[in-house]
Amino acid sequence: MSSELNAPGISNEDKERLVQSGIELSMENRCGSYLQMNQDVIHAECNEEGIEVLSYKQAMEKYDWLQEYNWKAVSKDKDEITKYVAGQKDPKGYVIIAHKGTSNILPIQACLYLGRETIQHVHNIIIAEEGAELHIISGCTSGGHVGPGAAHYGVSEFYIKKNAKISFTMIHTWTENIEVYPRSASIVEENGAFISNYVCMQPVKKVQMYPTATLNGENSVARFSTITIASPTSYFDVGSRAILHGKGSSAELIARAITKGGTIISRGQIIGETSGTRGHLECKGLILKDGTIYAIPEIDGRVVGTELSHEAAIGKLAQEEIEYLMSRGLSEDEATATIIRGFLDVKISGLPEVLQKQIDATIDVAEKAGF
Amino acid sequence: MQTSTYTHAVNRMLDIEDLHVNIGDKEVLHGINLHIDAGETHVLMGPNGSGKTTLLMTLMGFSNYTITKGKITFNGEDVTAMHADERAKRGMGMLFQRPPTISGLKLGKLLNAISRNSSNDIPELAKSVHMAAFLERDINKGFSGGEIKRSEVLQLMIQDPNFVMLDEPESGVDLENISLIGKAIGSLLEKEKRIVKRAKSGLVITHTGFILDYLDADKGHVMCDGMIKCHGNPREILKDIKLRGYKECLECRQN
Repeated sequence: MSSELNAPGISNEDKERLVQSGIELSMENRCGSYLQMNQDVIHAECNEEGIEVLSYKQAMEKYDWLQEYNWKAVSKDKDEITKYVAGQKDPKGYVIIAHKGTSNILPIQACLYLGRETIQHVHNIIIAEEGAELHIISGCTSGGHVGPGAAHYGVSEFYIKKNAKISFTMIHTWTENIEVYPRSASIVEENGAFISNYVCMQPVKKVQMYPTATLNGENSVARFSTITIASPTSYFDVGSRAILHGKGSSAELIARAITKGGTIISRGQIIGETSGTRGHLECKGLILKDGTIYAIPEIDGRVVGTELSHEAAIGKLAQEEIEYLMSRGLSEDEATATIIRGFLDVKISGLPEVLQKQIDATIDVAEKAGF
Repeated sequence: MQTSTYTHAVNRMLDIEDLHVNIGDKEVLHGINLHIDAGETHVLMGPNGSGKTTLLMTLMGFSNYTITKGKITFNGEDVTAMHADERAKRGMGMLFQRPPTISGLKLGKLLNAISRNSSNDIPELAKSVHMAAFLERDINKGFSGGEIKRSEVLQLMIQDPNFVMLDEPESGVDLENISLIGKAIGSLLEKEKRIVKRAKSGLVITHTGFILDYLDADKGHVMCDGMIKCHGNPREILKDIKLRGYKECLECRQN
């Protein structure tokens, strides 16, 4: 266990937001850390043997072979965001490598803190080599004082080798002036598994992302869970996509969306390219105050023997359920929060307990505030 | 409080006076009068659609049921305008015939919320009604008829109301479970206590009367078309209905 993380110049209020994003400055229950404030890499290390946490720059100097993974899952020319990140003379971000057969049960935490009106850009590469198991929690947050014009551009490339597994839990606690454009893609090989969790319960100006998992390997698996709450000024265009290419590969895409007046576009796409593949897509939306939840579930089957399904529903809180709980003595507010909490309860299989608890804790904070 | 000719003081728990209730624009209860003393259990019978469940839901304070006239007094306090949670806090509770399923809400979590800071041994209570395995399950999701009733009883054991409304506690329950549920409900109503010591009251809807084996009901009422048409000994009323059906019931037929 390494000593406490030093985050210079971060106010106590902003530290609280880091905690809400799952960042443990004490390093308790974490095996390694990457901390980037604006464009400064403050910290990159890991105590787990065989697992490296490096800055992008360090990593590129250390390993020539990383070029094989650089801009291979995500294309440089994908859009304005990737072009901007690729055009940087001094690229930032982290590289995490879990060497063959290694694993961490306590997650590595990656913290991206945005403290002024600037574009924070990162390029991350995460590799789990054959048989490795890697758990990462990425907490992204901004200073409470940050005004309009601040944005986060993040490119992340995940490579999951044979029999390897990566879980990536991203908790966003931005403030209402921030625009966020993650661009991420993963490539999963034979028997590999990619688990992606995204939670954003706090106001943000705009989040736009559509991470894609390409399941190349036989029996590879991807599971995306997305939990978003849109406050009145928030705009989310979020989704996830799985391409079932390897024989027997499967994917599950789960989304829970709540609007309190803002907009959530909830996308999802599963493409069944090979026989013996399975995919399921589920989006449930809850409109608490007039706003927009626009679910676009797409399933695209191309061969005999692919089985794809989707389920999408948008609704309101049922008065009957609220009053049922009220008849047991809960106040209307307690009953409402309890039902919303249940709605957001997504149990993710294959996730270490400490990460599930972290997700639950993040939702609990929102519950205590009455959502 | 009033003193009667009994050897113990009788407290009036519930007074329903000339209660008229609408669902939407339609009046479905037309002037109900009912009085229940502390320690008494009353039985409500009547054909399907006669308004029994409506009466219970109205007493519990569900907002779909609009009181257009009349008054509900509970332990001397006018609760007519109160919401369900305020009535629950004053000691009213209900076993629902068809409670809603709430996705993601674990039974155990709800029991904790009901219990608040009380020192209930929830796992032990759950075990007593064979619900220990359900604490981590979404409430009512995929529950069988008997499991729903056991979950309802368990919630009431923790809520511990003074006035318990039971909407067909035996419906959908097999014979083995009836005994378990019947005993648990009997205990909720303090049936193990001597009559003079009983303070809890009940109002039970039943069609079969099976539950009466565990409750020793004091009075029976028959509802027809949104009105209470006759009162009497619950066993005798039940016997009469079993023999002749509601259609033969003189009072019901008059309408």
